[in-house]
Amino acid sequence: MNSFFSGTRLRDMIRAIRACKTAAEERAVVRKECAAIRTSINENDHDYRHRNLAKLMFIHMLGYPTHFGQMECLKLIASAGFPEKRIGYLGLMLLLDERQEVLMLVTNSLKQDLNHSNQYIVGLALCALGNICSAEMARDLAPEVERLLQFRDPNIRKKAALCSIRIIRKVPDLAENFINPAAALLKEKHHGVLITGIQLCTDLCKVSPEALEFLRKKHTEGLVRTLKDVVNSPYTPEYDIAGIADPFLHVRLLKLLRALGQGDADSSDAMNDILAQVATKTESNKNAGNAILYECVETIMSIEDNGGLRVLAINILGRFLSNRDNNIRYVALNMLMKAITVDAQAVQRHRATILECVKDSDASIRKRALELVYLLVNETNVKPLTKELIDYLEVSDQDFKGDLTAKICSIVEKFSPEKIWYIDQMLKVLAEAGNFVKDEVWHALIVVISNASDLHGYTVRALYKAFKTSSEQESLVRVAVWCIGEYGDMLMNNVGMLGIEDSVTVTDSDIVDVVEIAIKHHASDLTTKAMALIALLKLSSRFPSCSERIKDIIVHHKGSLVLELQQRSLEFNSIIDKHQNIRSTLVERMPILDEATFTTRRAGSLPAAVSTSGGASLNLPNGAVKPSTSLLVDLLDLSDDVPAAPSSSGGDFLQDLLGVDLSPAPTQSGTNQVQKAGTDVLLDLLSIGAHPVQSSSSTTDILSPIQNEKSPIATLDALLPSSSLSAQATSAKAAPMMDLLDGFSPSPSKPEDNGSVYPPLVAFESSSLRITFNLSKQPGNPQITIVLATFTNLTPNVFTDFIFQAAVPKFLQLHLDPASSNILPASGNGSITQNLRVTNNQHGKKSIVMRTRISYKINNKDTLEEAQINNFPRDL
Amino acid sequence: MIQFVLLISRQGKVRLTKWYSPYTQKERSKVIRELSGVILTRGPKLCNFVEWRGLKVVYKRYASLYFCMCIDQDDNELEVLEIIHHFVEILDRYFGSVCELDLIFNFHKAYYVLDEILIAGELQESSKKTVARLIAAQDSLVETAKEQASSISNIIAQATK
Repeated sequence: MNSFFSGTRLRDMIRAIRACKTAAEERAVVRKECAAIRTSINENDHDYRHRNLAKLMFIHMLGYPTHFGQMECLKLIASAGFPEKRIGYLGLMLLLDERQEVLMLVTNSLKQDLNHSNQYIVGLALCALGNICSAEMARDLAPEVERLLQFRDPNIRKKAALCSIRIIRKVPDLAENFINPAAALLKEKHHGVLITGIQLCTDLCKVSPEALEFLRKKHTEGLVRTLKDVVNSPYTPEYDIAGIADPFLHVRLLKLLRALGQGDADSSDAMNDILAQVATKTESNKNAGNAILYECVETIMSIEDNGGLRVLAINILGRFLSNRDNNIRYVALNMLMKAITVDAQAVQRHRATILECVKDSDASIRKRALELVYLLVNETNVKPLTKELIDYLEVSDQDFKGDLTAKICSIVEKFSPEKIWYIDQMLKVLAEAGNFVKDEVWHALIVVISNASDLHGYTVRALYKAFKTSSEQESLVRVAVWCIGEYGDMLMNNVGMLGIEDSVTVTDSDIVDVVEIAIKHHASDLTTKAMALIALLKLSSRFPSCSERIKDIIVHHKGSLVLELQQRSLEFNSIIDKHQNIRSTLVERMPILDEATFTTRRAGSLPAAVSTSGGASLNLPNGAVKPSTSLLVDLLDLSDDVPAAPSSSGGDFLQDLLGVDLSPAPTQSGTNQVQKAGTDVLLDLLSIGAHPVQSSSSTTDILSPIQNEKSPIATLDALLPSSSLSAQATSAKAAPMMDLLDGFSPSPSKPEDNGSVYPPLVAFESSSLRITFNLSKQPGNPQITIVLATFTNLTPNVFTDFIFQAAVPKFLQLHLDPASSNILPASGNGSITQNLRVTNNQHGKKSIVMRTRISYKINNKDTLEEAQINNFPRDL
Repeated sequence: MIQFVLLISRQGKVRLTKWYSPYTQKERSKVIRELSGVILTRGPKLCNFVEWRGLKVVYKRYASLYFCMCIDQDDNELEVLEIIHHFVEILDRYFGSVCELDLIFNFHKAYYVLDEILIAGELQESSKKTVARLIAAQDSLVETAKEQASSISNIIAQATK
């Protein structure tokens, strides 16, 4: 006995802690106690071990570290007496969890205690095992627990049953050992054993199809009988709750029956009657009764179809929904979500009530109801439902607005019957809760606006009005700024007035005002300001009279600390100042953004496609953008969030998608896609190529701008190879901009003659077409092969819209330059040439392979040829 | 399955915690902080369920104490309310009209009661009488052991005199 250690009693410690007025005081008391406990532990003090651990548990509950007491638990558990073991196991469950190594040390003690002659000690061990056992312990001790399922005392059997649940949850493989002893428990009369046995069977059904099949065959009827007995049992004070005999047993029986009935018509049939009885006879004025009804409804919804029962169930839910108790309404909404898959019509009938629940004062109910409404929307009711939701958006709580906005946007996008409605609704949402709208939502909106050419004027006027009233909503401002930049002239001239509009009189300086407000607003972030600068540049060309003023605003940002803004303002300023002659071409209206591509990209399922076409630029929807200008637009837009900048030259499209570039720039989203694409990349790659024109005309980089923002230099770099090419090809128009690129210019991508030379290779030959590859290497760069592809027409007809596409496996990177033409003259009277650059990352190990697809028109008839090219020399 | 049980006072003090799923010490304090923030601020007329990180927390206030149980998405919320009430009634019977102070000074006893009601996050016994009987039997085991110990030490003390 330790005479000089006299710690305080547990009670005194709790009192001392409670008496503390400040957190610091409390910490001091706890520190002192912990120090005393440590000393006591170090001295291996037996007498106070019990008390020390109790104190540690209290300290633990207050959130202080108590790991130093873990070994004490083990020592207490290992001691012989019941009181020590009791507190030891309690400490074990509180201070440790299954992930701690120390826990393994207790396995042996547990094993001994599971075989102890004192049933209460067995009970303690089962309880601890059931609450914190790890997978290893489960494996080690499963045989003991299995044996205890047949123990003579029911209180041990029920504990062993719950312990088995933990074991099979941790190690599902052990399930089959438990099937028979678990099924035996279903015949018990003791409610505790019955409840736990049923629970164990339910869990077995979840992890083992075998168990499910066995129980379904052998025990469905027995369980139905048990439920019948419980439902009809006379008053038993021991189990009675609100006039119902053991609602817990009811609920668990219904749960197991649900598992058995799901997907099995026979057993579902067997339980029909009793379910009907429970559904009709259970009193619903108390919570216990409602709990049973709720469980019963779920079972009816889940088991195989029985029309009559379902009507009963839906009626119960209807009653729940109109209940004044919030709890009941909550569970009704919860269950209606499941019911909607079973009987959507019946749920629709409650639409009005559900809509009311969206406006409830209770956040939990609102959230449930909103999710339900989301499921209820279809083509026919989308308009009124959306209107209700948007109206509510105005008055809803701030912290609910996020959820609500997301759902409205999603509904509108999914079900919008026409574009004008879509745009109207989105503008309302943006004006009301623009700060909650996610980026991809307003990106999508811009794509839609861009596609609705007849609504450009209407949209820009509506946005202008909305901006006047809600300029604090960031995403509204962005969309407005973008549209004003693009369609500002329509705003002023009331172009494309719809009948429903009031005409507005707006002068050019009003319009510039709006953009100026956006750029100067303190809350505007980088993206908005950058967009505003672009808009200003565009407006300067549309409204020459405001040009000077716009220049002033742009110049104002020359000194911006943000590199992006500074760079833009400097560059734009020089455009306005020095390049009046090309300005209008530079800032032409954006070509229409391609919706299909945007949607695929947004879905994240875009297979990386390689497609290029010499004539793609000619096929652009508005045909206005020439390669040189688009390049510039690209440059100007380089770190912009506008889903813009279609690049018509195939080159940089490729770069974007495949990351074919000398610099390992981390910006190309396409590269990642390729890696994800799995084994048959080639097929994937080509599958999108079916719409080469479309995709090449809309190489909008909607996803990457964000990445680009981080490394504008890399983007510049990424643009290079094609830019140098087109720069050589096009007039001096683009030359001023080339200055920007000079610093980064890599070696020209034209083939160099001083590399090694290979004999020409006939890559493909069919009755109509021959492709020859002239291969060459750049000196000092063995990985890179330059391929000059020459296409020859073998038929007497001219090929038009000629497009060559190629795809390579992951270890290769491919860069295609634009083709020399998209028209292939007949009978070999000329040819198209196209440069390919292949980088072999596994040079020396694998040789190049390529899959190609060639599409062209003969007399306006589409023709498609595909080929795999694997006759490349081995050492490429 | 019940993931964890919390007893929180109206002042946000933790009175009892029981974790049936593994949470590290850090996560535990975070969970408690988050949930007490949500639950203590909810008005009295609102429903007793809070959706939280893909789970649901069923809570009920008894005097100054909030009893909270966190359950899976597809568990029966109404039944869990009954389980909470079941637990409270048994505590009440055991302590004789239980109050917060009982649970503070005899927190270990509250845990013993809980361990007779729940194991592995599942209900163990629906009869209050049985639970009471089992606890009483174990308490008396402890008492006898104590008496024995004191009597043996008495004997030794007397013998060594």
